[in-house]
Amino acid sequence: MSPDSITALWLSLQVAVSATALNALVGIPIAYVLARRRFWGRNLVDLLVTLPLILPPTVVGYYLIVLLGRRGVLGAPLYALTGWTVAFTWYAAVIAATVMSLPLIVRTVRAAIESVDRDLERAAYTLGRSELRTALEVTLPLARNGILAGLVLAFARALGEFGATLMLAGNIPGRTATVPLSIYTAVQTGESAESLALVAVLTALSCLVLIAANRLGARAA
Amino acid sequence: MRLDVQDLAFGYARKEVGRGVSFSLAGGEVLCLLGPNGGGKTTLFKTVLRLLAPHGGRVDVDGDSVAGWSRLRLARVFGYVPQAQLGVFPFTVAEIVLMGRTAHIGPFATPSRGDRAVAEEMLAALGIGHLAPRPYTEISGGERQLTLIARALAQRPAILVMDEPTASLDFGNQVRVLAEIEQLARRGIAVMLSTHDPDHAFLCAHRVALLHHGRLARLGPPAEVITRESLREVYGVDVTVTELPRADGRVARVCVPTLGSSPPLHSGERAG
Repeated sequence: MSPDSITALWLSLQVAVSATALNALVGIPIAYVLARRRFWGRNLVDLLVTLPLILPPTVVGYYLIVLLGRRGVLGAPLYALTGWTVAFTWYAAVIAATVMSLPLIVRTVRAAIESVDRDLERAAYTLGRSELRTALEVTLPLARNGILAGLVLAFARALGEFGATLMLAGNIPGRTATVPLSIYTAVQTGESAESLALVAVLTALSCLVLIAANRLGARAA
Repeated sequence: MRLDVQDLAFGYARKEVGRGVSFSLAGGEVLCLLGPNGGGKTTLFKTVLRLLAPHGGRVDVDGDSVAGWSRLRLARVFGYVPQAQLGVFPFTVAEIVLMGRTAHIGPFATPSRGDRAVAEEMLAALGIGHLAPRPYTEISGGERQLTLIARALAQRPAILVMDEPTASLDFGNQVRVLAEIEQLARRGIAVMLSTHDPDHAFLCAHRVALLHHGRLARLGPPAEVITRESLREVYGVDVTVTELPRADGRVARVCVPTLGSSPPLHSGERAG
């Protein structure tokens, strides 16, 4: 592999790991709240979180530009305040990968939490444990395998993200050109040997991830 | 410690089970809840314990609404003995009882020697000290029930809520648990329990509440509530309530069903 390909691979891994970590921080609490709480707007939250699974990635990318671009709803005040914009940076690639893989982790973890026997949580409540500590000490440990499976799936999705990344982060070699984007560039410029190596690496990684997810899923059932 | 339940409406998210339930309970008093399957006894208990949100009405302890209480504060007042179920995890009996100390242990502390002493004391008081090292999943139903009672007592509650504490016990253990309930009340604990046996209410209750279709059909002293008329109305069976001289010279009230004269299972009842 060429040094450029190795750079792309390293960049992809960094983006996918960061996106997965962000998803663990954001996705697991969302999954818990959707599974265990009844509140106004619950269906709306469910819809918004699931949307990236259904929409074309370019549409999600477009929404992200509207939201975070230099003239975006959140991006404009940020630019006015700091003179910095997230679009076309490494962070944009992470955000695109996070949003696109969020539905996978939320749906998997939510199903795992819903399968935890509520009487075990009630036992903790009657003994005096708060909801937060019961979630951390009883619910999430019991949903452990589902959570791991969700993280693995989210990692795989983040690793393969293309459309939303291209829209928000562009295709800048060494900064936002992850493996899927580099493959696209290589094919467009006729460097088929280069693209073949990256395709092989990505296929192998995805297979490994899928096997891991299946094993975790089997143990969770 | 005084518990006041006022005009409580209770049930699950989309289904109301009962409403208009009001009663009070003082320390040293035993209130026995009687009523058919599906009448709402367990749901009422879970609502009093705030495991379910009330649909209406309020639950007060010493005039203070428990609605805003933390789990910790609730657990220092209310002990709960759920219907004994098969355990999921092979904790030992000693560990299960020690869990009753949760509300008295600091946020990041482990149980102290004092906590272990309380747990051992409760096991001994219920006569199951010998079960301490046994896994909860491998003991009998009656032993599990006694373990859960010991756990609730280790919590040192002012109000003890017991959901059918005699249900899975043999005759000897039933009597032992009823005697224990009498002892707890004598020590000033307010006890609220449900049972399917009117005789158990005669044996240990100061007051009886008859819960039928989610409403309090009767509330008062056992002799006034448990009558031929009220049991026919609520259970649809014919009984004779009579008095018997007991071996210790006192008089006991008992309730004996008349077989054969009862109509078949009425269709309006739900199982569970």
